[in-house]
Amino acid sequence: MASSSSKDGRLCSSTLPAERNNRHAKGKKASSDYSKTSTVLAHLLPNGLGFLGFTLLPLLASLVLSFFSWPVLGQHKFIGLDNYIRLFTKDPVFFSVFLNTFYFVVGYVPLNLIFAVGIAVWLNSNIRGGKIFRLIFFLPVFTPMVANALVWRLLLTPHGVLDYVLALFHVPSPNWLGSEHLAMPAMILMSTWQGFGYNMLVFSAGLRSIPPPLYEAAAIDGAKPWTRFWKITLPMLTPSIFFGTVMTFITSFQVFVQPYVLTAGGPGVSTTTVVYYLYNNGF
Amino acid sequence: MKIDHASTRGLGPFVSQTGMILLAALWLFPFLWMLSTALKPNAEVFQFPPRLFGSSVEWSNFPAAWNFVPFGRFMFNGLLVSVIGTLLVLFTSILSAYAFARLHFWRREQLFLIYLGTLMIPQEVTVVPLFLLMKSIGWVNTYQALILPLAFTAFGTFLLRQFFLSIPRDFEEAARIDGATRWQILWNVIVPMAKPAIAVLALFTFIGYWNNFLWPLIVGNTREMATVPVGLNLFNGQHGTEWNYMMAASTISILPTAILTVTLQKYIIEGISISGFGGR
Repeated sequence: MASSSSKDGRLCSSTLPAERNNRHAKGKKASSDYSKTSTVLAHLLPNGLGFLGFTLLPLLASLVLSFFSWPVLGQHKFIGLDNYIRLFTKDPVFFSVFLNTFYFVVGYVPLNLIFAVGIAVWLNSNIRGGKIFRLIFFLPVFTPMVANALVWRLLLTPHGVLDYVLALFHVPSPNWLGSEHLAMPAMILMSTWQGFGYNMLVFSAGLRSIPPPLYEAAAIDGAKPWTRFWKITLPMLTPSIFFGTVMTFITSFQVFVQPYVLTAGGPGVSTTTVVYYLYNNGF
Repeated sequence: MKIDHASTRGLGPFVSQTGMILLAALWLFPFLWMLSTALKPNAEVFQFPPRLFGSSVEWSNFPAAWNFVPFGRFMFNGLLVSVIGTLLVLFTSILSAYAFARLHFWRREQLFLIYLGTLMIPQEVTVVPLFLLMKSIGWVNTYQALILPLAFTAFGTFLLRQFFLSIPRDFEEAARIDGATRWQILWNVIVPMAKPAIAVLALFTFIGYWNNFLWPLIVGNTREMATVPVGLNLFNGQHGTEWNYMMAASTISILPTAILTVTLQKYIIEGISISGFGGR
C-alpha cells in the first residue's frame, strides 16, 4: 500500500496546482471551489451505498455482535469481552486453529515471495520465450482454485504421482494429506504453485522499470551477478516487494479453499484454518 | 536462486534455459494430469505405476461428467453472475473514479485514501453478518445475493481513478466549450479514452466472480443456484470416487478463465502496471 499511496501523493500534488490555475484563478475560498453537491453525490452514491450496505454495515455488525451473547433463539445480552476471552481460553479448538493459520501464513508468504522474486529475475535474464513462461507461471492464479486443489488431491494421494516419483528415487513416500505433520506443508506447496504467479507479475513490472545504466555501471566496476542482485535489483524492487508482502499476508490469512478441498481441515484439526473453522461453525 | 547466471558466458545460458523449461513443465504438470485423468477409464485412475495415457482415450467422459450433475446450469449461473456483476462494477467504478479524479469536494483525498484502505478488510470479518443480512431479507439462493455483495469494492475505483488522472484535461475542456454536459463528457470523452483500463477491470472482475468459492458456497449451495466452483464441489460430494469424471468437470471449469488469461494476457500485465500495483 505504501508504494501506491506515495504514487497517489505524487499524482495529486502534481495535478492540483494545475487545476487551481485553471479553474480558480480568482483566488476564491476553497469551499466555494467545490463541485455541486448533487453532482458529487450522483457519482459517489451508486458505489458508496453498496459499499456501506455490503461492507461497512456487516463490518460494524461483526464488531457489535462480538460483544453480545447472541443465540438464535432467546435473549440477546451484552457480555463485553467474554466472547473473546472464551474463544482463546475455553474453546478447545480455536487456539490451534489460530496457530494453524499462522503456520500457513509463515510458511506460504516467504515461499511465495522467494519464488516470485527468483523467477521474475530469472525470466528477466536472457531467457528466450519469456512471455510463454510467464503465462505458464501465472495461469494457475486465474483458474478456479477448487479445480486446482482437486487435481492436487489426486497428485498427493497414496499411490499417486508424487508417490511414484519419490519411489523412483527410493525415497519412502508418506501419506501427505493423511499425516498431521505433512498435510500443512503439502497445502503450502500447493498454494505456492497456485499463487506465486501474481507477485511474479508485479515484480516483473518492477524489474522492467530499473534503469539499465545502473547494471552497466556496476558491470564496468566489476560487480558479479550475485552482487548486482543484492545491491541493485533487490533495493530497487523494495517498493514492489513491500506491496506484494502486505497483499499476500492479507489474502493468506483468508485461506479457505485449500483446507476445504484438500483435507477437510484434517487430519484432526491440523489444517483447520480460521475461515474454514468459521465456515464450519457459522453455516 | 539462480539469478543472472544467464548473463555469464559459456554453458550458463544453456543451463539456465533448460532449467526454465523443466520448471515450466513441472508447473504445467498438474493441468496435464487433470486432462490425462479426465480421458482415462475409471478403473485405471489409480493404476500403479501411474501412466499418462490409459488403455483407451475416453472422450465420452466429458459429456458424461457434463450430465452427471447439471453442469450446463452451473455454467449458465456462473456466466450470468459474472457478466452482470462485471457490468455493475464497471458502472459504479466509472462514476466514483470520475468523482475522485475530477470533481471537487470536501476532504476528497482523505476520503479516497480511507476508501482505498478498506481493501485490506478481510472477507472473514464481514461474511457472517452479511449472511445474516441476506437471510433476513430473504435473499439466500438468489442471483442478487451472488452478485451484489461483491460488486462494490474500492479496487475498481482505484484502478480507473489512476487512469483518469493520466488523461489530459484539454479534451474535456474542448468538449465543454462545445456545450457538452459533465455526464456526456464522462461517457463520450473519458470512457472511450480509458478503454484499456476498463478492459483490465472487466477482466479481473469477471475472473474474480467466476472463481469465487466461499461466498457462493454460503448463499448459493444448491443444484439450481450453484456457480461453477460450487457445482464442482457438489460433484465432489456426490461422486467422490469417479475421479475421471471429476477431472473432466475440472477441465471444463478451468477452460473459460484459462482461455481468457491466455488471449488477454497483455491486458493482465498492463493492468498490474496501470494500477501502480507494480511499483513504479
